[in-house]
Amino acid sequence: MTDKTQFHTLSNGLSVHLKEIHTAPIISSWVWYKVGSRNEFRGKTGISHWVEHMQFKGTEKYPAGYLDREISRVGGIWNAMTYLDWTTYFETLPAHIFDLSLSLESDRMVNSKFNTQEVELERMVIISEREGNENQPHFLLGEAVQSAAFSKHPYRYEVIGLKEDLESITCDDLVQHYWHYYHPGNAVVAIAGDFDAESMLEKVESLYGDLPKGEEPDVTVPVEASMESEKRVNVTGPGQTSYVQIAYRAPSASNLDFFALTVLDSLLTGPSSLNMFGSGGTSNKTSRLYRALVEGEISVSCYGALQATHDPYLYSINLTVHPSHTPEKVLNAVDDEVKRVLDSPVTADEIARAIKQAKALFAYSSENISNQAFWLGYTDMFADYDWFENYVNHLARVTSDDVLRIARSYLTPDNRVVGFYTPEES
Amino acid sequence: MNQTIYDEHRNALPGPDDITRVKLPNGITVLARSNFNSPTLSIKGYLPSGSLFDPDEKLGLGYLTANGLMTGTAQYDFQSLYNEIESVGARLGFSSGTLTTSFSAHCLSEDLNLMLDLIAGSLRSPVFPEKEFNRQKTQMLTGLAIRAQDTASMAALLFDKIVYAGHPYERPEEGYVETVQSIEREDLIHFYERTFGPEGLTIAIVGAVDPDTTVAAVKATLGDWTNEDQETLPELTFLKSIQKTTKKALSIPGKSQADIVMGCQAPERLSPDYFPLRIGNNILGEFGMMGRLGQRVREEAGLAYYAYSSLNSSLGPGAWEMIAGINPRNINQTIALITEEIRRFVTEPVSEEELSDSKSNFLGRMPLLLESNGGVAVSLLNIERFELGLDYFLQYPQLIQAVTADKILRTSQKYLDPDRLAIAIAGP
Repeated sequence: MTDKTQFHTLSNGLSVHLKEIHTAPIISSWVWYKVGSRNEFRGKTGISHWVEHMQFKGTEKYPAGYLDREISRVGGIWNAMTYLDWTTYFETLPAHIFDLSLSLESDRMVNSKFNTQEVELERMVIISEREGNENQPHFLLGEAVQSAAFSKHPYRYEVIGLKEDLESITCDDLVQHYWHYYHPGNAVVAIAGDFDAESMLEKVESLYGDLPKGEEPDVTVPVEASMESEKRVNVTGPGQTSYVQIAYRAPSASNLDFFALTVLDSLLTGPSSLNMFGSGGTSNKTSRLYRALVEGEISVSCYGALQATHDPYLYSINLTVHPSHTPEKVLNAVDDEVKRVLDSPVTADEIARAIKQAKALFAYSSENISNQAFWLGYTDMFADYDWFENYVNHLARVTSDDVLRIARSYLTPDNRVVGFYTPEES
Repeated sequence: MNQTIYDEHRNALPGPDDITRVKLPNGITVLARSNFNSPTLSIKGYLPSGSLFDPDEKLGLGYLTANGLMTGTAQYDFQSLYNEIESVGARLGFSSGTLTTSFSAHCLSEDLNLMLDLIAGSLRSPVFPEKEFNRQKTQMLTGLAIRAQDTASMAALLFDKIVYAGHPYERPEEGYVETVQSIEREDLIHFYERTFGPEGLTIAIVGAVDPDTTVAAVKATLGDWTNEDQETLPELTFLKSIQKTTKKALSIPGKSQADIVMGCQAPERLSPDYFPLRIGNNILGEFGMMGRLGQRVREEAGLAYYAYSSLNSSLGPGAWEMIAGINPRNINQTIALITEEIRRFVTEPVSEEELSDSKSNFLGRMPLLLESNGGVAVSLLNIERFELGLDYFLQYPQLIQAVTADKILRTSQKYLDPDRLAIAIAGP
């Protein structure tokens, strides 16, 4: 037994991360693939997410429905997610039944079935999923802003994909995508929970060790040039409520500027957890934008979103417009607050507070074994595990000068897309 | 059935040996359980105040009152109160339902006293500042405007109108635009004074603090709270059964997807019918990828991203709901498929295999449900609210094992009739 996290690489290139946690008789395992909407292009957008759906259609060894039943029978949970840079599959199970997870994931890494009829049914399901998203003004606005923010980089597309692409992608396309990205050399297996690391590694080796390494995927992603001027997008739709999204081009997670922007975001819109499984978080009532805009009754809510990504993505400020104001007024008020950051230095106390908040959010995420296993592999998708371990230290090194520099570099009108959603009636 | 898993994990489950339960002289019940695996605490609780007290013309009053508790207290104004919470990365919020007003906090264990102080201040001395009240009201009205555009919320609202017709549960706790508009600050003060008090308040604290410290901290902050004017909740009225299938549809133009909620009335949580229906529901629309409904509507027909069922049983009458989000052109086909599954469910007993799988799921998932402090705190509150007994988790396997396929069939037939359904649709 060891308290340390172990990192191994099998001869076929599979990265294996193991962490013993003996607080509950549970093991959580995540398999991460370096493929997401970042690896897509026009005509095939949404294909990574669709492949993820097809991974639940079974293999020769485990027909569709078999695993769902086996995992549910023991009270386990399993699911999958696709995002900009990655696709991940996880199972959290009672420890004694955990071998099932290893067997299943190693099997579907290379043996998934792609049946034409199943593909057609899933096409309808995914289009239905997209239509559910389209019901939400935030999705419609976000999709338009994302598209305007990038001209070449695939980050310009929503993960779910464009509807016309979802209507035209074929079974062969899905198979090609699967074979291209699903192999040990492009994957990370991260396991945390109640096990002995040495014997767990042996099991992983016995199940994954013989899988062919696969070819290094061709991931030539177009580099996006800097923005030269502000862009505006206007979306209209049903309802009585207006929304504003201000999206600035942001640094990638591996850029040290990311940490100063995290602190700046915390000051402007409140601290956010990077954790994807609930557990924690705090409110943002004392953040600068809440005080100025929500208490000032210009907007009725505000929140910031900064994503840890492989390539430079977006930092967005999202606001629901107060019924007696206009989106333009909201934008001006946000600009006034950004200007205040530029005009008067952020104090050391404010930064210290942001660090304490970040530490607390990290403590909450350690309550849950699924979360710990999540972190064990997640950061490899855009950096490495050191990124996670040094996260709080990096934040602690941020100075008020850094925050000022970041605000000057990133939060400028020339570096942003402003999106307004306004009701059709108005 | 997977009894072994349950037995193996039994010591990790809350029980009489490690749950501390103390009743304070002023009517407050404190439940505490230690967990030193992480330096955090979950604090959750409720008291018997809710929208059941709301007059029809001011529906939303209880909801707005709960929202207003943290807008200012005798000790803190809005900003200083949230500054205390956010400076330590904690979270605290109040919310209101029909029968209860609830609170939930998450903090580092070192901040126990601070959080209890803030909870007690919000409960005992809210001042509902005029400016904050007006802002909260505008936020609530905006929330109602957003709700009016949400197909899932509006279908759920319509469903409640049918299934709880003539009963207080047909009313949404958030009210309607016109009822919220009529609420004044004085209404909140009056509502607070007559419905908030220590009687019936239950608080559960789980995490890295020993129970004696927990109980002492609650006593210190809430032990001397009294309110002689605190009213008890009005009696729930009788709910008439549904006589025939009733369908209501709401058009929300411009939307891409429609939502359907269909189903029937259900028993209260303490009814002997609860467990057969709970397991029956699991088979119908929960187990694995949304049970039989998920298999039929999503996997076989490809009609929906989600199609599942949910049994809502608490105090008073409940509801058994079948829910799907679909393309508007598939509404009739989806309703027909779900109705077919309902007909099958009340005609044939579930298979022994399905029953065994479902029972195993109910036992096996306990360690996961109770992994976090928040999960344990919720369970402790349920144990208290429904008087399940501190040994509930020890009795749990017997309650599950007692369910048979025949009981599921007979019990389902009492409530679920494919020819007497409530059906609500909201979409373009």
